[in-house]
Amino acid sequence: MADLFASPFFGVALSILAFWIGVKIQKKTRLAVCNPLLIASILVICILLVFRIPYADYNRGGELITLFLSPATAALAVSIYNKIQLLRKNWLPVLVGCTIGSLVSMGSVLLMCRIFGLDEAATASLLPKSVTTSIAVSVAEAHGGIPSFTVVAVCITGILGSIISPFLIRLLRVKNPVDAGLAIGASSHAVGTSKALEIGETEGAMSGLAIGVCGLITVLFSMFLSY
Amino acid sequence: MKIFYQIGIIFGLCWVSEVVASLLPFSFPASVIAMLLLLLLLLTGLLKLEHIREKADFLLANMAIFFLPSLVGIMEYTDILQQYLLPLLLICAVSTVLTFAATALSVRATLHLLERRKHHG
Repeated sequence: MADLFASPFFGVALSILAFWIGVKIQKKTRLAVCNPLLIASILVICILLVFRIPYADYNRGGELITLFLSPATAALAVSIYNKIQLLRKNWLPVLVGCTIGSLVSMGSVLLMCRIFGLDEAATASLLPKSVTTSIAVSVAEAHGGIPSFTVVAVCITGILGSIISPFLIRLLRVKNPVDAGLAIGASSHAVGTSKALEIGETEGAMSGLAIGVCGLITVLFSMFLSY
Repeated sequence: MKIFYQIGIIFGLCWVSEVVASLLPFSFPASVIAMLLLLLLLLTGLLKLEHIREKADFLLANMAIFFLPSLVGIMEYTDILQQYLLPLLLICAVSTVLTFAATALSVRATLHLLERRKHHG
């Protein structure tokens, strides 16, 4: 019986089933906290723990799903390409906003990691947490971070961002949709973007654009950072 | 067959990017090289959107599930997670608010400057 869980089919099927349940719950509750990825991961972890299935066995199927991460990052080029007119029209605000946003994100994380005395691996895992997961994981891995840790931080950031951004828009009196969209995308990547799309079309498009641009800027900055 | 060709194009591009990444003298994520290469191919018209549209849409729409196995991997690090849970939450919360504010204010200042220049020019 134990061997059967080590079949790649098990990991793939379990992942897809768990994610499907997560999407269903999200659709029903419409709450940002009920993020499908978060629900699915809790479900899978519970099943593995209850049936005493080692992570390595599950991951034989899991690896096949993870394989699609790089192609998915590459596909972000398509979403930038689709918004190229918007980028041409607003290139200066996009460049300034994403550069400042990425700098503040990495700077504040680095500072707080030092204050809390986190070790090098944990710091490297958290540093790129404001960008989309696929880019964040690549950056973290290149600097000796733990990918699982990065994914957790990115998910928390995205969910948190989509909850507090409507509140921040009011607090900072952000009236321009270009401004609001870029701020949401820079601070809370793809999860925030789905919230931005709910607020408005321009907000959503700018937020989506910020994902790719901030990702790129974060990669460039991380190359010059030594930590 | 169409979707197979599209998978071939995108996976092939990812492999080429890994080769490029291994030749670079500094560490740069291969997936980001693939993103830049794909954007370049689309902008120069060497690759048409029709060549990859369905596959790209599939990848973008299902992005979240590709992270599930990595996220589940956290179960191997419960001791570190317990140790760092509070700082982790605090760091995420504070830096998300700061990043939002910094981006919003800098974009507002830029738009304001552009507007003023338009009026003067």
